[in-house]
Amino acid sequence: MTDLLRLATAGSVDDGKSTLIGRLLLDAKAVLSDQLEHVEQASRRKGATEPDLALFTDGLRAEREQGITIDVAYRYFATTRRRFVLADTPGHVQYTRNMITGASTADVAIVLVDARHGVVEQTRRHASIASLLRVPHLVVAVNKMDLVDWSEDVFDHIVRDFWGFRNRLPGVADVRFLPLSALHGDNVVSRSDAAPWYAGPPLLEHLETVELSAEHAGVPDRPLRFPVQLVLRDQGSDFRGYAGQIAGGSLQPGDAVVVLPAGTPATVASVETVDGPLDDAPAPLSVTVRLEEDVDVARGDLLATPAAAPVVTRELEADVCWMADAPLRPGARLLLKHTTSTVRAIVDGVHARLDVETLAEVAAPDGLHLNDLGHIRVRTSRPLAVDPYAENRTTGAFVLIDEGTNDTVAAAMIR
Amino acid sequence: MTPISHLRALEAEAIHIMREVVGERERPALLFSGGKDSIVLLRLAEKAFRPARFPFPLLHVDTGHNFPEVIEFRDRRVAELGERLIVASVQASIDAGRVVEESGPRASRNRLQTTTLLDAIAEHGFDALFGGARRDEERARAKERVASLRDDFGGWDPRRQRPEPWALYNTRVRAGEHVRVFPLSNWTELDVWQYIAQERLEVPPIYFAHERDVFRRDGMLLAVSPFVELLPDERPFRESVRYRTVGDMSCTGAVASRATALPDVVREIASTRVTERGETRADDRASEASMEDRKVAGYF
Repeated sequence: MTDLLRLATAGSVDDGKSTLIGRLLLDAKAVLSDQLEHVEQASRRKGATEPDLALFTDGLRAEREQGITIDVAYRYFATTRRRFVLADTPGHVQYTRNMITGASTADVAIVLVDARHGVVEQTRRHASIASLLRVPHLVVAVNKMDLVDWSEDVFDHIVRDFWGFRNRLPGVADVRFLPLSALHGDNVVSRSDAAPWYAGPPLLEHLETVELSAEHAGVPDRPLRFPVQLVLRDQGSDFRGYAGQIAGGSLQPGDAVVVLPAGTPATVASVETVDGPLDDAPAPLSVTVRLEEDVDVARGDLLATPAAAPVVTRELEADVCWMADAPLRPGARLLLKHTTSTVRAIVDGVHARLDVETLAEVAAPDGLHLNDLGHIRVRTSRPLAVDPYAENRTTGAFVLIDEGTNDTVAAAMIR
Repeated sequence: MTPISHLRALEAEAIHIMREVVGERERPALLFSGGKDSIVLLRLAEKAFRPARFPFPLLHVDTGHNFPEVIEFRDRRVAELGERLIVASVQASIDAGRVVEESGPRASRNRLQTTTLLDAIAEHGFDALFGGARRDEERARAKERVASLRDDFGGWDPRRQRPEPWALYNTRVRAGEHVRVFPLSNWTELDVWQYIAQERLEVPPIYFAHERDVFRRDGMLLAVSPFVELLPDERPFRESVRYRTVGDMSCTGAVASRATALPDVVREIASTRVTERGETRADDRASEASMEDRKVAGYF
């Protein structure tokens, strides 16, 4: 059986990120002959003899003509062990917004470091954002090792520099350092002889074997979180079920649950699917739950484990990435979408801006601007059942929507 | 704890997407062509909404140049499900003078169906359309959101896409706008076939190897049909072929194949060295950015 791993890459063209992705796709045989032919032709037009790997992730014509970069491009490849969903986010422009969009659901984030330049401001930014997003696994890919003669000293220096701020990355469970050359394919898919001092696996093997997060695998001892999306009824029978995707823990018939925000106790009668009822349904399955009791449940409600229920509140403290051109100022009125409920919200306070390199709080006297990270307080029109983002990436996240333009203007993580 | 399979993870994600849109939008519809991707969408809709009826009608933009086997399958599948199908006809758009038919050996109704689709959206007031498009198909699609906003003209503006962090889809629209929603965004062609095999879904017979009169054009095998004029040097011949995609007979290429059953098809796709659209879609070969251009103009 193959499972699914979500992966995000951050970095700029200069770090060789496009080349790395091109190499990964090419060597993992995810590039097919017509795509290769297309890239070879384009490379020849530019006077190159070898195919330019970066062209596999070449953008749209609109991007080239207007000098813009669309925030996230998705790539897919598979091995016999795993299917990969790769969110490729450009590093230069609007990197904060891009990375938050692409890495919010990632199991693994790859941060690229140019071996010649070492750990730079951008490395710290990308690692900080990965930590804020609670991406459990970080890969620091030290690229262009061929340009520093595969020097172990250079590599060790980069590792030491990175460990210097490792304690500022509480959201990252593990960090792996990899020396590689994307251009020549060393340590990307196949192990390289160039670095005999490196005992670890090449990048693809690491991605194939890294253990998926507990949340992803639906560990049963975690508390249940089941946001109700719809109430399903059948005219013919008296069927009434609550449809949703399990966002934490698991569901079993007989389980005691609490319906939030009302606080009504209930018991799971059955967990239904078209293929028949389930004895045990772990996250992240989409199922339909029937309850023993005739209780009031609607879209926007949440079923949870009574002994480990989320907080029901109208006041939220959150880390936020502001994504709109107009700045966010205290008093802003917006819509807030949290799991399956959308409510009105007022931003009561913009406490601070977060320094994107250190995540330290600094004063924000004129609010938050496009691509700023910040710490805000929000008041909502109706109570929400929320968890800290550190405990659940679904029930701990929300977006803010501008009711005038309907644009999504912020991504937020509850403290 | 055993992790769940990639197909179960993709299925759970797709069901969640469909239910979110139904929870937020007034008048959705699901585009059903009888092709493999929309067959998977129908199965996912059953998983998302049964035992209730689908909370939306099915919509097919019928160019009039479809494979008869696919239309027969479409109608039978809809009847089995007991759901409502709306057929928006390109022929009717031509007859009403909304569009003008192309002529010549390379004529295609591909471009015309955008008008028929947008007219159907306006007529029925649809504010969300489920489609089976996947991001692995093409570079413009690789950058599209799961819930993708279309303006009053059905157009896609790649610069004005809404950020889509986590699974918090923003499906809000103003009057005249709609969202196109792609529950299979993260699926690949191989995933689709593996899922069809896993769920034992019926697909139209043209997806399996069969004998057919074809001719070669632009490196593709096109079916001999009343909808295509042969060029002077094109000679029909008989070949064992199957289709990887289902579109118009005038622009969908067949591939030489002996795969007569699902496991053979899955094996063939797993080992293919050419992309689905590169091998079989004349419409995408017109230019390097042809899909991008058509999407901006309101095409699916």
